[in-house]
Amino acid sequence: MSDNILEVQQLVKRFGGLVAVDHLDYELPRGSICSIIGPNGAGKTSFFNCLTGFYSIDEGDVIFDTYSLKGLEPFQVTRLGIARTFQNIRLFSNMTAIENIMVGQEPHLHSSWIGAVLGTPGTRREERMVEEEARRLLRFVGLRGKGDMLAKNLPYGDQRRLEIARALASKPKLLLLDEPTAGMNPAETLQTTQFIQRLRDELGITILLIEHDMKVVMGISEKVTVLDYGKKLAEGTPQEIQNNPQVIEAYLGKGAAQLLAEG
Amino acid sequence: MRENRTFQWRLLLRFGLLAGIVPLYTAAIGMVEVFNAREVVQGLLTLGEMLVVFPSLVVGYLTALHLRRDGSNPVTALASALVTGLIASLPVALLVLINEAVPLRGMFVNVTPALIKILLFEQEQMLTGLGLLIGALTLAGGLGGLAAFIPERFRRPLITGLVVVILSGLLSEFIKQILQQFVSRNALRQIVKGKSLTSQAAGAIFAVTYLISLFWISKGQDVKSWYNRLPATGQRQSRRVANTVLGLFLLILPWIMGPYLSEVIDNVGLYIIMGLGLNIAVGWAGLLDLGYVTNFAVGAYITGVLISTGPLGIGARLGIDPLNFWMIIPIAILAAMFTGFIFALPVLRMRGDYLAIATLGFGEIIRLLALSDWLKPYIGGAQGILFITKPDLPGLAELLPLADWAPSFVEMSQKKGVLNGLLKLLFYGEFSGPQELYYIILAGALLVLFVAIRLNNSRTGRQWMAMREDEDAASSVGINITLTKVLAFTVSAASGGLAGAIFASKVGTIFPNSFSLLVSINVLSLIIIGGMGSIPGIVVGALALIGLPELLREFSEFRLLLYGALLVVMMLVRPEGLWPSPVIRREMLSVEEESEEPPPSDKGTTETPQALHSLWEPTD
Repeated sequence: MSDNILEVQQLVKRFGGLVAVDHLDYELPRGSICSIIGPNGAGKTSFFNCLTGFYSIDEGDVIFDTYSLKGLEPFQVTRLGIARTFQNIRLFSNMTAIENIMVGQEPHLHSSWIGAVLGTPGTRREERMVEEEARRLLRFVGLRGKGDMLAKNLPYGDQRRLEIARALASKPKLLLLDEPTAGMNPAETLQTTQFIQRLRDELGITILLIEHDMKVVMGISEKVTVLDYGKKLAEGTPQEIQNNPQVIEAYLGKGAAQLLAEG
Repeated sequence: MRENRTFQWRLLLRFGLLAGIVPLYTAAIGMVEVFNAREVVQGLLTLGEMLVVFPSLVVGYLTALHLRRDGSNPVTALASALVTGLIASLPVALLVLINEAVPLRGMFVNVTPALIKILLFEQEQMLTGLGLLIGALTLAGGLGGLAAFIPERFRRPLITGLVVVILSGLLSEFIKQILQQFVSRNALRQIVKGKSLTSQAAGAIFAVTYLISLFWISKGQDVKSWYNRLPATGQRQSRRVANTVLGLFLLILPWIMGPYLSEVIDNVGLYIIMGLGLNIAVGWAGLLDLGYVTNFAVGAYITGVLISTGPLGIGARLGIDPLNFWMIIPIAILAAMFTGFIFALPVLRMRGDYLAIATLGFGEIIRLLALSDWLKPYIGGAQGILFITKPDLPGLAELLPLADWAPSFVEMSQKKGVLNGLLKLLFYGEFSGPQELYYIILAGALLVLFVAIRLNNSRTGRQWMAMREDEDAASSVGINITLTKVLAFTVSAASGGLAGAIFASKVGTIFPNSFSLLVSINVLSLIIIGGMGSIPGIVVGALALIGLPELLREFSEFRLLLYGALLVVMMLVRPEGLWPSPVIRREMLSVEEESEEPPPSDKGTTETPQALHSLWEPTD
C-alpha cells in the first residue's frame, strides 16, 4: 500500500466547452491535512464532486486506497471510506440532529426492512447501537442535549458541527471538508481549526479542505495546492505557497499578502 | 392614536365584504336553497340560514377582537362589528334588489323565487324582508362583536358549545342511527326529529359541552400535571387502561353504529389502509405518487379473478375451485407490490413534479386497461367482474360440537344489541354485512399500522426521510437512492393491494370506474389534511374527508366545492395538517424545550479516548 491515500491521475471534467478540472494530478499523503485554495470558479468544488462520485470522471482516474473511483456512485464512494461536507450546509433539515447522525452510519448497517417489520433481535441490537453511537458523536462535536431538535432549527454553527458529525458517523478514512469555516466568526473559526487538527491527530482521519480563510489554511495544512481554471497553479508547504510570487500576485493579491506577513 | 378612535374603514370593508361574498356566492350557486331544506336545530335554524348569517357573526367577532387587541375603546370596537355586519349584508341585499329590477334567473339559474324568499326571511313585503335581512346580518355582526368582550375562559366554552351543537345538528341522522338501537322510539323523538335536533336536545348538548369545556379550561392543567407527576409505571398503567378501553370500543363499534354507519366506517377504514400505504411514499420518502389507485385496482382485480364464482373467475375458466378470501390476501399484496416495483423502474430518475405527472399517467393506464377490449375476456371490460364471494371463517358452531345448542344461539343472535351481533359472527363466521366486514378492515388497518410504525422507526424509515430531505446528501452518506426509492414504491403499494382485495370482496362486483383518478386524489388529500407523515393524522384525515361527506351525502352536488374550499382553508390556516406528526408539532410549540439527555456517563464510549468528548470546546 502506498503512502498516498488518494492519487489523482490526469483528471479531466468538462461541462460542454468549459473544462472545470483540467488534467489534474494530485497526491494526498495518508494521515495528512491538506488544503486546496483558489479563486471562485477555479474548480475546487468540481474536484471534490469528482472525488465523491457526484460528477462522472471524463478522463483520467482517481485511486483511493487501491480502489479506482471511476464510475462509482456517491453512495459507493462513501462506503469505501470517503465522507464529505458541503459548501452550503446540506443537512436533512426536517429530521432531528440525532437522526441525521444515525443516517450517517449507513455504510456500516446491515438490517433490512423485513427485519425491522419483524423486530428481529439483530435489528433491535443494531438499532440500539446506532442510537448510542449517534449520541456519542453528538457529544463529541459539542451538541450535547440538542439531539431532539430538528436540524433546521439549530443555529448555524451547530449545523456545521452536525454536518461534520454526520460525516464522521460513516467512520471515514478520508474526510473532505468544503469550506468548513465559511460564515464563522474568528473564535468559532479557531475552534473549528483545532477540532479538525485533532480529528487527524486522535482519530487518524486524513483531511482534505477547501478553504478561503487563509489563516485556517496556513495554520493547519501540511500541503497547500492552488487551483486556477481547473489547473494546478502551485503546490507546496504553506511557507512555500506564501512565498510563491506567482501565487501572491496572480491569486492572493497585495492585501492578502500583507495579512499573511502580519500573521 | 387617532386611528384607534375612528373606524378602520379598510379593515371593516375587507372583513365585511369577505363575509358578504360567502352568502352571495353560495346563494347564486344554489347552495343556500338546498341547504335550507336541512334544519340544524328544529324550528330555529336551518343550514341555509347559517350560510347567510354565520359569516357575519364570525367577522363581527374577528373585527372586534382585532380592534380590542389594537387598543380601541369598547364602543368603537362594538360599533365596528355592527358596521362589518352591515357591510356583509349589502351584497345579498343588492342581489335581491337587482333581481327585483331585472330577473336574474336567465343568467343564474339558481336565483329562484324560493331562494329570494329564503333571503327575505319568508316575508311577503320585499321592503320588510330586506330590512330583516340587513338587520339580521348587522345584528349578527354585533353579537359576534359582543362575544369578543366575554373573558377568554368563558368565551372558549361558548364557542366550543356552539360548534358542537351545530356539528351534532348536522350529524343528527348519525346520532339517530346510533340512538335508535338503545332508546325507545318516543324518547328518540324527543332528541332528533326528522333530520334535525330538537331545541331541547340542542340546549342540553350545549349546556353539557359548555360545562365540560369550562371544567377543562379551569382544571385541565391540574389533570395534566397530575398525569405527569405519576411514576413511570403509573403512566404506563394508565396508558394501558386507555388502550384497552380504545380496543374494546373498536371491537364493539359496528354494533353501536348500526349497519349504515358501519358501511361508512368500512369505507373510512379502507381509505385509512391506503392512506397509511401512500404515506410511506409521499409523507416519508417524499415521492409524490398520484397513481396510487393502480395498486388498489391490481389488488381488487386479482381478487376478482381468483375468487369470483361467475364466468370470469378461475372456477369457470380453468375448472378449478375458486380460491378463498384468506389465501387471496397475500397474493393480492404481493401482486400490488410487484406492480409498485415495475412502475418504480421507469420513474427512478424523476423528481417532484415530473414524478407526479408520470404516476398520474400510470393511474390512468390501469383504468383504461381495465376498460379495454383487449383485456375484456379476462377482466370483463366495462361490465366488470361479478359474483365475488364474501369472506368467511369456520365459526364456533362448526368447530365445537354445539349443534344441540344452535337453535337457542340463533334465536339469541337474531336480537339486536352489541353482544349478539358479535356472538353471531363468532358462531357462524360469516362476514356477510358491513358490520362483520368491519373486523377484516380493522385487522387490515392494524396490520398496516403496525408495519408502518415499525418501518418508521427503523433504518429503512430514516433512509426514506433522508432521501425526501435531500437526495444528493442522502447519497453522500452512503444511501443507495435507487434501491431506497424502489423499496418505498414497493412497500407503499402493498397496502393498496390489501385495500383492493378487501374492497372487491366487500362490494362483490368491481367495475373500472371504481378505480378513477379520484381515488388517488382522495388518498393524497387525506394525508395532506391530516398532516404529512403523521399516522394519527391519516385517521383524522380519512374521517374528515371520507366519513363526513358520506354522512352529508344529500349535499353531494356541492361535495367537491366544499372539499376544495376545505383544502384551501387548511393550507392557509393549518398547513401542518389537523394532526401533525409529533416532531413537527413539538417544533411548532416550542423550540426551546429540549428533552434532557441522560447525564453524561463515560461508560460505553469505548472507541474514542475520553479526552475527545469535549473536543470542540476551546482549549484553555
